[in-house]
Amino acid sequence: MEWTNSILQGVLVGGLYALFATGLSLIFGVMRLVNIAHGDLIVLASYLALVATQTLGVGPLTSLLLIVPLMAVIGYGLQRILLNHTLGDDLLPPLLVTFGLSVIIQNGLLEVFTADSRKLHAGAIETASWPLVSGVSVGALPALQFVVAVLLIAGLQALFYRTAIGRAFRATSDDPATAQLVGLDNRHVFGLAMALSLAVVAIAGVFLAVRANFDPAQGPSRLIFGFEAVIIGGLGNLWGTLAGGVVLGVAQAIGAKIDPGWQLLAGHLTFLAVLAIRPEGFFPRVKH
Amino acid sequence: MRDAPLLKVADLVAYYGDFQALYGVSLDIAAGEVVAIVGANGAGKSTLLKTIAGQLAARRESVSFDGVAIGGDPAFANVRRGIALVPEGRRLFPSLSVEENLLIGGQAKRAGRWNLAAIYELFPVLGERRRQPSTSLSGGQQQMVAIGRALMSNPRLLLCDEISLGLAPIIVKDIYARLPLIAADGVAIAIVEQDIAQALAAARRVFCLREGRVALASETKDASREKIAAAYFGV
Amino acid sequence: MSPRDFHIVWGARSSRAGGVVALALVAALAAAPYYAGSANLNLLTQFFAYLALATLWNLLAGFSGLVSVGQQAWVGLGGYCMFALTMFGGVHPLAAVAIAGVVAAVVAVPVAGLLFRLRGAYFAIGSWVVAEVFRLFSSQMSALGGGSGTSLPTRVITSIATSRQGREFTIYWSSLALVALVMGLTIWLLRSRWGLALRAIHHNEIAASANGVETTRAKLVVYVVAAFGTAMVGGLIFLQKLRISPDAAFSVNDWTAFVIFMTVIGGIGRIEGPIVGAIIFFALRETLSDLGSIYLLMLGAVAIVAMLKAPRGVWGYIVEKTGFEFAPLERRVVYTPAKPATAVLPKGDAQ
Repeated sequence: MEWTNSILQGVLVGGLYALFATGLSLIFGVMRLVNIAHGDLIVLASYLALVATQTLGVGPLTSLLLIVPLMAVIGYGLQRILLNHTLGDDLLPPLLVTFGLSVIIQNGLLEVFTADSRKLHAGAIETASWPLVSGVSVGALPALQFVVAVLLIAGLQALFYRTAIGRAFRATSDDPATAQLVGLDNRHVFGLAMALSLAVVAIAGVFLAVRANFDPAQGPSRLIFGFEAVIIGGLGNLWGTLAGGVVLGVAQAIGAKIDPGWQLLAGHLTFLAVLAIRPEGFFPRVKH
Repeated sequence: MRDAPLLKVADLVAYYGDFQALYGVSLDIAAGEVVAIVGANGAGKSTLLKTIAGQLAARRESVSFDGVAIGGDPAFANVRRGIALVPEGRRLFPSLSVEENLLIGGQAKRAGRWNLAAIYELFPVLGERRRQPSTSLSGGQQQMVAIGRALMSNPRLLLCDEISLGLAPIIVKDIYARLPLIAADGVAIAIVEQDIAQALAAARRVFCLREGRVALASETKDASREKIAAAYFGV
Repeated sequence: MSPRDFHIVWGARSSRAGGVVALALVAALAAAPYYAGSANLNLLTQFFAYLALATLWNLLAGFSGLVSVGQQAWVGLGGYCMFALTMFGGVHPLAAVAIAGVVAAVVAVPVAGLLFRLRGAYFAIGSWVVAEVFRLFSSQMSALGGGSGTSLPTRVITSIATSRQGREFTIYWSSLALVALVMGLTIWLLRSRWGLALRAIHHNEIAASANGVETTRAKLVVYVVAAFGTAMVGGLIFLQKLRISPDAAFSVNDWTAFVIFMTVIGGIGRIEGPIVGAIIFFALRETLSDLGSIYLLMLGAVAIVAMLKAPRGVWGYIVEKTGFEFAPLERRVVYTPAKPATAVLPKGDAQ
C-alpha cells in the first residue's frame, strides 16, 4: 500500500512537470526557442506569489489572479524587448542570451530574497485528504494540482486547434515569412506565445511552491524536469507531454522510495533510457 | 484621388543581401486593372512583387499605395492596407486544414465581399475539401487555396507570383478563368508569369523586365510578339 | 584570370608572427616560478585552467555547433577520477590526471551517442542532465565522502612534491603544459579534415548532413576530445584545490557559465577569443567579485549585451577593424592577377 501511495503521489506531481514542459514546448514549437531561463522564471513566479501573499494577505491560490497576468506581461515584454532580437538561423544567440538571463534572475532573486528556503502556505487544503482504499489516500492539494494541470492542457489543446490565435501560432511555426504575408506580425505572435508560456508556468510555479520549499537556485532543476517530460512524451504533442510528466513523476517517486538520494537520479535515468530506446518519445507529433 | 494610380512604383532598387536585383524599376497599376509582368528567369519579377508586398527592403518613396509612400514597410502592415501576395510555390501552411488556411488569410480583418462562402463559390472544390489537410490536395487545388487565402484579406491589389507553375494546362486555364471575377469589383491584379501567352491573354497592360529593369511597358493589344521577344531577350 | 593567378596559403604572415610570439610567451610563462610570487603563480594556474576550458568549449560551441551547458560533467568527472585513482589506486597524481582524461574520453562515447539524438538547443539541456546525473552519482559514493565530499590525504599531496613550493611549481607547470596541449590540439583538429567537416556544419547543417557520416564522426571526435581535455583540466583544478565535493565539482556556474562568458566576450568561433575573454574575466573577477551575486548579475547582463550588440566579441571586433589574426584556421585562395582584371557583376535576380 505504501508503494501504491508513492506511485499515486508521483502521478499527481507529474501534472506539474507536464505544465513546466508545456510552457517549454509551446515556445519551442512556435519559434524554435529553447529558453534556458524557463526554470528560473518558474521560480520567479513563486517569489512573486510570496510577495503577493505577504503584502496583500491573500492565499497563494488567490494570488494566481494577479501572478498569472503579471507573468504573461513579463513574458510578452521579455520577448519583444530581448528575445525577438536573438531569433534567426543561428542557435547560439537565443541559447546564450537565455542562459545569461538565467544567471541574472537567479542572482537577482538571491540578492533580494537571500538563499533561504521559502514556502507558500495555503491553509487547510494542504493537509486535507481523501482516503481511497485502506492505506491509500489522496491529498486534496495534489489532486487539485493534477486536475488543474489536465484542464489547462485540455484548454491549451482547444486553444491551439480551435481558435484564431492557435491558428496563428501554428501558421507562424510552419512558415514565419508567409505568416507575415497573411498579416501576422511575428514579433507580436512570438510575444503572445511567450506570454502564454509564462502564464502556464506561473500556475505550476505557485502550486509547486505550496507543495515544497523553493529557493533561488532551483530554476535549473525545474527546467530539466520540464525538458525531460517533453522528450519522454514526444515533441509537439500536449497529451504526450502530460504522459511524459507523469512518467517522470512516477520514476522519481519510485526512486525516492528505494532511497531518498535516488529520487532525482531515477528521473534522469528514466529520461536517458527513453532517449536510448525511443528517442522520438512515446507520443511523437501526429503527422497529417 | 480617382485619377491617381492605386500602386505607383518609382525608380525602385532592391537587393538580395549584397546582390542587386532591381535597378530603378518604375510602373503603375490602376484600380481594377489587370497587368502582366513577364520576363526571363532571373529578370527580377519575383523580387518586384516581394518588394511591393514588403518582404524585401526598399526606399520609402519608391513604392506608393493609394498615394501613401509605403516602401520598406513590413508585409503584415501592407496586407492590412490591402496588398496581398500569392507567393511563388503557394507556401500553404502544412499544419493547417484547407479552411484554416483560408481563415488565416482573413487575419487582417479587412471588410469586403470575400469570405469563406465567397471563396467556396469561386472554387467549389475547396468547399468539398475544407476539412482536409492542405498538403493532401492536388497542385491545382493548392494554388486555389493560395489565391483564396490572399483574397480573404479583401485586397485592393492582388499580386500573383507564377500561379501556373507546375500545373497542367487545363488547370491553369481553369484558374485564369476566375481572374475576371476577382477583378470585377475594382481589385487590381498583377500577374507574374514565365508563360507569356497566358498572362497576355488575361492582362490589359504588360511590363517586360530584363536584368532588373523595365525593358517594355505597353498595352497588351499593342505588344506584338516581336516587340515582346525583343524586350524579353534583349535582342 | 588564369588559374596561375591563384595561390592557396596557410593563413597569413601574421600567423607565423603569431607562432613566434606564442613560443616566446610560453617560454616567459614557463620561467614565471622564478620571478612571480606565490599568489601570482596561483592566479596564473587558475587562468590556464579557465583558458583551457574556454578553448574546449569554444571548440564545441563556436566551431562545431555543439552548444553544451554541461561541461561541468567532465570537469567533475576528471576531479573525482583523479581523487579515486590517487586515493585507492596509489597512482601518481599527475598520471591520475592523464588517466582521468582517458576515462572521460571513453565515457564520452556512449554519452555522445545519447546526446546526439537531441537536436540543436535540446542538446544543450541534455548535456546539463548528464552533468546532473554525474553529480548525483558522485554524491552517492560514500568512499569519496558522498554529498559533503572529501580532501586529498597527506600522502597523496606529498607524492606531488615534498615542499609546498615544489607542489605549486609542479601544478603550475602541469597547467601550463596542459593549456598548451589543449590549444595545440584544438588548432590541429580544426586544421585537419575534421575541421573542414566542422566548418561545413557550422555554416550549414543541412547541406553538411548530406555528407552525414563524416559530420557525425567529426562531431563525435570533437565531443570526445573536449571531454578528454576538460576532464584533465578538472583533475588539475582539484589537485590544486586539494578538496572535492559534488557541488564544487559539478558547478554549472564555475565550469560552464564563466567559461561561456569568457568565450562570448572574447570572441566565439576564434582561437584567440578565449584568451582575450579569459583576461577580461580575470580582470573583472579580481576587481569586482567581492560584490557577490551583484557581480554575477553583471556578468550575465554583459554577456547578453555582448551577444546582441557585438556577437563576434572583442577579438572579432579587433579582427574586423585590422584584419589581423594570430592563428588563422582557413586555407585561403589569394588572387593576385597578372594584370588588372575587369570586374564582371552577375546580373539577374534570385527568383
